[in-house]
Amino acid sequence: MTRPVLLLAGLLALALPLSLLAGRVWIDPATTPNAALIVMELRLPRALLAIAIGAGLGAAGAAMQGYLRNPLADPGLFGIAPGAALGAVMSLWLGLAGGLLLPVFALVGAGGAMALLALIAGRGGGIALFTLAGMMIASLAGALTSLAISLAPNAFAMSEIVSWLMGALTDRSWADVRIAAPLTLAGIGVLWLAGRSLDALTLGEEAARSLGMDPLRLRWLLIVGTGLTVGSGVAVAGIIGFVGLIVPHLVRPLTDGRPSRLILPSALAGALLVLVADVVCRILPLVTELRLGIALSLVGAPFFLWLLLKMRRELA
Amino acid sequence: MLWARDICLSGRLDDVTAKLEPGKITAICGPNGAGKSSLLAVLAGLLSPDSGEVQLDDCLLASLPAKQRARRIGYLPQVGEVAWNLSVEALAGLGRLPHGDGASDPVERALAAVDLANMRHRPASTLSGGERARALLARVLAGEPQWILADEPLAALDIAQQLAMLRHLRKAADQGAGVVLVLHDLSLAMNHADEVVVLSEGRLHEKGPPEAALSRSVIEEVWQCPARWLGEPGARALQLG
Repeated sequence: MTRPVLLLAGLLALALPLSLLAGRVWIDPATTPNAALIVMELRLPRALLAIAIGAGLGAAGAAMQGYLRNPLADPGLFGIAPGAALGAVMSLWLGLAGGLLLPVFALVGAGGAMALLALIAGRGGGIALFTLAGMMIASLAGALTSLAISLAPNAFAMSEIVSWLMGALTDRSWADVRIAAPLTLAGIGVLWLAGRSLDALTLGEEAARSLGMDPLRLRWLLIVGTGLTVGSGVAVAGIIGFVGLIVPHLVRPLTDGRPSRLILPSALAGALLVLVADVVCRILPLVTELRLGIALSLVGAPFFLWLLLKMRRELA
Repeated sequence: MLWARDICLSGRLDDVTAKLEPGKITAICGPNGAGKSSLLAVLAGLLSPDSGEVQLDDCLLASLPAKQRARRIGYLPQVGEVAWNLSVEALAGLGRLPHGDGASDPVERALAAVDLANMRHRPASTLSGGERARALLARVLAGEPQWILADEPLAALDIAQQLAMLRHLRKAADQGAGVVLVLHDLSLAMNHADEVVVLSEGRLHEKGPPEAALSRSVIEEVWQCPARWLGEPGARALQLG
C-alpha cells in the first residue's frame, strides 16, 4: 500500500463520520431525536453514494488521462456519461422513472454508448479514432437529450429532466447504493487491470506495443471500466462534472507520475471530494439545496481555467 | 539470431532478407524513404509484413506472445516521448513491464551502465537531450533484452553524446546482445558498426562489413552523391562532392 493511498484512505475515514453528522440539522447522537434513523436511512446511504460516485469518476479520470496522455482528458469524453444521461432522460420523458426504472434506463443508455464505442473503435484504429468516436457519441447523446427536453410532453416533465441533469444526491436510498456501489467497485477493478498498459503508454503507442502492451485489450478494459464507473454514477446521481478532470491533477504530485499509481489514489480522492462537496451543498444556508453537479462545476470551471493558464505558461 | 526472410511490405519493403548476428552492432542505412524504419519495426515485431517472416533464434517472431517478444527484443523508437514527468528511475523501471516483476537490480544496472545512477530522482523534464536519450536507453537495458533495436538513436545528439551512446551500445553488444541501429550518419556507421545493411527503395542493396557495404561505389549508387572516404579504418571521415 502506497503512502498517498494510506493518506487519502485516512482522510476519507475521518470525513465519513463527520459527514453523517453534518446537514441542515446537525446531529448530536446524544440529544437529536431519531438520530440513528436519520443516519441509517438518509445520511449513510447518501454518504456511501457520494463515495461510490466520486471514486468511480476519480478512477475513470485517472485512467482516461493516462490513456490519452493528456492532462485535460475527462471521462465524459468517451460519451458514456451523456449516453447514460440520455437513458435517464428517456425514462423521465416516458414517465417511467418510478422505483429503479430510472437507473436501469440510465444503465441501458451507458451500455448503448459502450456498445457503439466498441463497434466503431473496438477492433482497430488508434487512440485518435477512439477519442473521436467517443466525442461523436457524446455529441449525439447530448443532441438527443436536448431534443427530448424540447419535445417534453409537459412542463413538469421538462423541469424534472432539467433538474435531474444538474446532478444531485438528494433523497437517495439504499437501493441506489446497491446499484452504484458494486458496479463502481467492479469498474475500478477493471481500470486497475489497465494500469500496466497505461504505464507503457507513457512512452508513446509504438514503444508501448514494443513493451507487450495489447492496444485492443486496453481499449476494452477502458470501455468496460469507464462504462461501469461513470455509467452507474450517472444512473444514480445525474451528471457530476469536473471530478474526473480535477482529481488526477490533485493526486499526481503525491505519486511518481505513473498512471497505474494514480488510479487507486484518484478513486479515494474523488470519493473524498464528492463527499465533502455534498456536505457543503447540505449545509449552505440557501432556500433550496444547491445541486451537487452545479456546486462541483462552480469549483471545477475556475480550476480548469487555472490549469489552462498554467499549461500556457509552461508552453511559453 | 534475428533473421528477416523475404520480407515484403506494400510500398515500403520489397523482398528483403537479412540475417543479423547477436553480439554485434548492425547499422541499417539508406536514403530517406528506403524502408529503414519499416525494416526495424518488422524486426521488432511491431509491423506485420505482407509476406515473409522473421525468425528469432529457433522460433518465428509472429508466433511469440507479445510479452515474451517484449522480453527478448527491446525497441527504442525515434521519438523519445515521455508523457508524464517521471523520474529517471521510474522511466527506466518501465523496461521491466514485460517481466511484470518491478525488479530493482536490473534497473540499477541499467542506470549505472548509462552513467545516470546519480540522477535517478531527476524528473525527465529537467534532463538535457543527451541525458534523456541515455535514460530512454536505460529503459531498454532494464528489460535485459537479447536484442536492442533503435531507430536513429543518435539523431538529436551532439558528437560527445553520440559517442557516449555508442559506447553504451557497444558494451551491451560485448555482453552478448544484438544491437541494430538505424543510422543516417554514414561515418558513424562506418566507424562503429560491425555489419551494415544498406537499403535502397525498399530493397536490400548491400549487407556486409562497413568497408564493403559502404564503399564509395555503393554510396554513389544508392545516395547518388559523389563521395570518398578519408582516414584510416576505424577513424574514417566522409568527404562529399
